[in-house]
Amino acid sequence: MTVEVPFYFAAVIAIFASLRVVTGSNAIHSLLYLVVSLLAVAVCFYFLGAPFAAGLEVIVYAGAILVLFVFAAMMFDLQGDVDPVNFRQQGKSNWLSIWFGPCLLATLLLVELIYIITSSDNGQKFASNLVDAKAVGILLYGPYLLAVEIASFLLLAGLVGGYHFAKDDAPGDHL
Amino acid sequence: MSDIPLMHVFILAGILFVIGFIGVISRRNTLYMLMSLEVMLNAVGLAFIGAGSAWQQADGQIMFILILTLAAAEVAVGLALLIRLQQQRQCLNIDALDEMRG
Repeated sequence: MTVEVPFYFAAVIAIFASLRVVTGSNAIHSLLYLVVSLLAVAVCFYFLGAPFAAGLEVIVYAGAILVLFVFAAMMFDLQGDVDPVNFRQQGKSNWLSIWFGPCLLATLLLVELIYIITSSDNGQKFASNLVDAKAVGILLYGPYLLAVEIASFLLLAGLVGGYHFAKDDAPGDHL
Repeated sequence: MSDIPLMHVFILAGILFVIGFIGVISRRNTLYMLMSLEVMLNAVGLAFIGAGSAWQQADGQIMFILILTLAAAEVAVGLALLIRLQQQRQCLNIDALDEMRG
């Protein structure tokens, strides 16, 4: 099998999971679908010949940013758009919609991963147009050094801003 | 040359971007708007990766890394603002902010 079929498979999973993210009514379920969507896009990155970007997608997006989302979502009452329904057990009738969907999509991605691992010879079969991490690193600390510095300033600004906005107001100390 | 046409990658990125954009403009809950923004940024990163893969250059992946840092900073500030909104208005509805004056 060529490289197209797993790519389009992961693309369909990404589109479906993104639709469920947008149309969901429960924040935690939408976050689970968002994790699946990001993992599917990471699989697409791998088939496009960017394994370093795929690893970054899994580690940073699905690992760090989504954990931040989950921690923040636990602080809110998990309400939908119109009706402020709280997060409760919705009965056994629609247990399919609670955890089965993200589990099914993640299992399909796992099957695809196992297929890739077992059927690739020396890991070079699927990525004919491989751009490896070495080229990215050389370019990142060569011509793009100023962009890296600016990105570090942006992260510092995000850190300071997040701390400043989220901390409680001390009495007599206005924002 | 890649086996996957660049046009298909762009079509996929466009579909994901439009899904995220519809989420941003149609949802009222601010948490869902942030999640839809993540989907949009992800689609833009996919377009960059596809273009960099088609031309065999590493510039697309560098742009993706920059988008990644942008998304991290945006989520940090956005979720902090959400926590502040929840503390002051006891809801996450974006329409609760239309009475800010000044």
